[in-house]
Amino acid sequence: MNFELNEDQRLLRDTIRSFLEAEVAPHVEKFEKAEELPREILKRLWSELGLGGMVIPEEYGGIGLDAVAYCLVVEELARVWAALSITVAVHNSVGAGPIVEFGNEAQKKKYLPKLATEWIGAFSLSEPVSGSDAAALRATAVKDGAHYVLNGEKNWVTTGGFADTYIVMARTANDKQKGISAFIVEKGTTGLTLTRTEDKMGLKASETRSLVFQDCRIPAENLLAGEGMGLKIALTLLNSGRFGVAAQAVGISRAALEASLKYARERETFGKPIGQHQAVGFMLADMHTKLEASRALTYRAAWLKTAGLPFAREASMAKLFATEASTWITHKAIQIHGGYGYVRDYPVERYYRDARVTEIYEGTSEIQRLVIASSLLKEAVA
Amino acid sequence: MDFSLTDDEHLIQDTARQIAREVIAPRAAETDASGIFPAENVRKLAELGFMGMMVAEEFGGAAMSTMAYALAIEEISAACASTGVIMSVNNSLVCHPIEKFGTDDQKARYLSKLATGEWLGAYCLSEPNTGSDAARQQTTAVQQGDRYVLNGTKNFITNGQVADLYVVYCMTDLAAGHHGISSFLVEATTEGLTRGAKEKTMGIRGSSTCQIILTDCEVPAANLLGTEGDGFKVALNTLDGGRIGIASQALGIGAACLRDSTRYATERNAFGQPIGQFQAIQWMLADMATELDAARLLTWQAAVAKDAGRRYTLEASTAKAFASRMAVVNADRAVQIHGGYGYLQDYPVERYYRDAKVTEIYEGTTEIQKHIIATGLLKG
Repeated sequence: MNFELNEDQRLLRDTIRSFLEAEVAPHVEKFEKAEELPREILKRLWSELGLGGMVIPEEYGGIGLDAVAYCLVVEELARVWAALSITVAVHNSVGAGPIVEFGNEAQKKKYLPKLATEWIGAFSLSEPVSGSDAAALRATAVKDGAHYVLNGEKNWVTTGGFADTYIVMARTANDKQKGISAFIVEKGTTGLTLTRTEDKMGLKASETRSLVFQDCRIPAENLLAGEGMGLKIALTLLNSGRFGVAAQAVGISRAALEASLKYARERETFGKPIGQHQAVGFMLADMHTKLEASRALTYRAAWLKTAGLPFAREASMAKLFATEASTWITHKAIQIHGGYGYVRDYPVERYYRDARVTEIYEGTSEIQRLVIASSLLKEAVA
Repeated sequence: MDFSLTDDEHLIQDTARQIAREVIAPRAAETDASGIFPAENVRKLAELGFMGMMVAEEFGGAAMSTMAYALAIEEISAACASTGVIMSVNNSLVCHPIEKFGTDDQKARYLSKLATGEWLGAYCLSEPNTGSDAARQQTTAVQQGDRYVLNGTKNFITNGQVADLYVVYCMTDLAAGHHGISSFLVEATTEGLTRGAKEKTMGIRGSSTCQIILTDCEVPAANLLGTEGDGFKVALNTLDGGRIGIASQALGIGAACLRDSTRYATERNAFGQPIGQFQAIQWMLADMATELDAARLLTWQAAVAKDAGRRYTLEASTAKAFASRMAVVNADRAVQIHGGYGYLQDYPVERYYRDAKVTEIYEGTTEIQKHIIATGLLKG
């Protein structure tokens, strides 16, 4: 048992941290207000730090980080700017990930080097009628010679507006589970329209779009891993995505605790810094404790994956705990800041809004509890 | 980063699990009902080297890591929390300070007896009028020639009625506050040492908890542990390690709650299906397992920090605060899942519920842990 980072991991973390603190942190509030995430920033993360290819092997132009290193990067990104962290995480885990894990050689050669260095990937599973019950999706893909013809409506597509590729799940047969297939769709394909831009509580700078497919013709070679593999691909990648969202929650929680500690040392009431009052000191202690537990669960899940061991239950535990802890921690951060916590002069107001979605996307807390309980009960009767 | 157990740690865990299942669990309900100290359990633990797990081999110990110790305490406590705390006190609160602060002579006379389980130790810090505010000791030790004369009353002493040796904290200088505290090794047979009546505790009823009354109790000056005025430092250093023991005890209780509840959820039917098929029950099970694992990781983080020789006060307090709360909450959920049967002594969850509560109180209340964490964080 060893909770320490090794030399490489520390170096990676420090490199990311200093880049973000110098180049990104000073501009976050401005971009959040404008609800804008400049593509220029992503370009620099891709070209200077290789973050476009975190899960892409070196032979396809990526940097091939393992799951632990991946979490370290996402945590650092989220500590500075949650909207940026989700953009980078989605691109890697479900934008590039499906091609890395399930793509054929031609698809890998065609898409991965571009995604690693230049392009941005998105993922499109949810529909207005299907979220947690993913297999209830209705979008269709009908084979027509050398093409599939896609029709349907998708929503909650992170980075939907400026992605270059979309991994799209659509129905190729009626079977609820086995009738779903995954396709690589390039932006600008005729019949693909970007529609609604969501007005969200948080992650203001991350664009969330709806997509409409209307007789959208996709080359048949863009089918990933065969007809009927869609749900398997989605669930496999979401499993991995879960500790990424957990790491994001850890990053937000850390930012909230750091801001609260600073404020608790500076702000005085009744003749002493507010941190000296037990009411505030104990909140800080609880925030720290939940953060440490979140981090340990997250890195344990990531380590299991890196070691090639089963990690589905542990990833769900990490996602469940770290995201609920983050909502709780950011809530307390506002409380410690009092009125200042409720105004946008201090960043904790943003942390609170940004944290909330982590309990929802990439599997709600309820889906995580289902996964954990099913695995426990299966073990009990085995 | 490495979240695996070593082969040795697996072996300790398996050994502890086996003795817990075969020897300790079958007697746990009886120990709770009778309140009789489980001497046979302690003998078995001693045979395995579990009463002096971290003590060096030259003093009869098993020279194992804190990590192995945490694993063993969890398994034992999952069967019987009373036995868990008896083991934890002997290892963490008695063997440890003697090994760390004791003279060669003290180690020769006492440590191997304690580490091999021939003797049992107890730790006397709390008093009727001082618990969390441990610096306000009222028990005194006055030097007279080559002896100290001890007077005072010590409260809530685990292993109190059966211990052979007591680590006793006293004021040697009443004017010096916490710098006036010293600790002494007092043998049970010393004249002037009296054991009070066994306390009627809510849980851990086999722990033999009582008062220790010292009346003109003369202790050889050679039994001063550390130097005069060092007592508070000895006490705090000792409690850091003790907190890993209690956190591990809480893990055992929390794990037993999950184990029994998961089994019950597959066996008990309601509305035509096992209750585990209802989300209301599944949610409780999922939260129990998640918080248990979080508590485990925090506890092990403290244990490996101690093994690596780093300062681990913050980690130990974090682990103890979280794990003890987890045990209480998991026990509450376990009773709820068992329904009416959970309220009867026919099922062990009723005992878990009572046993869990004390983990939030002894060896530093949750409030003291939060105070330590907050102070550490604000100092930065």
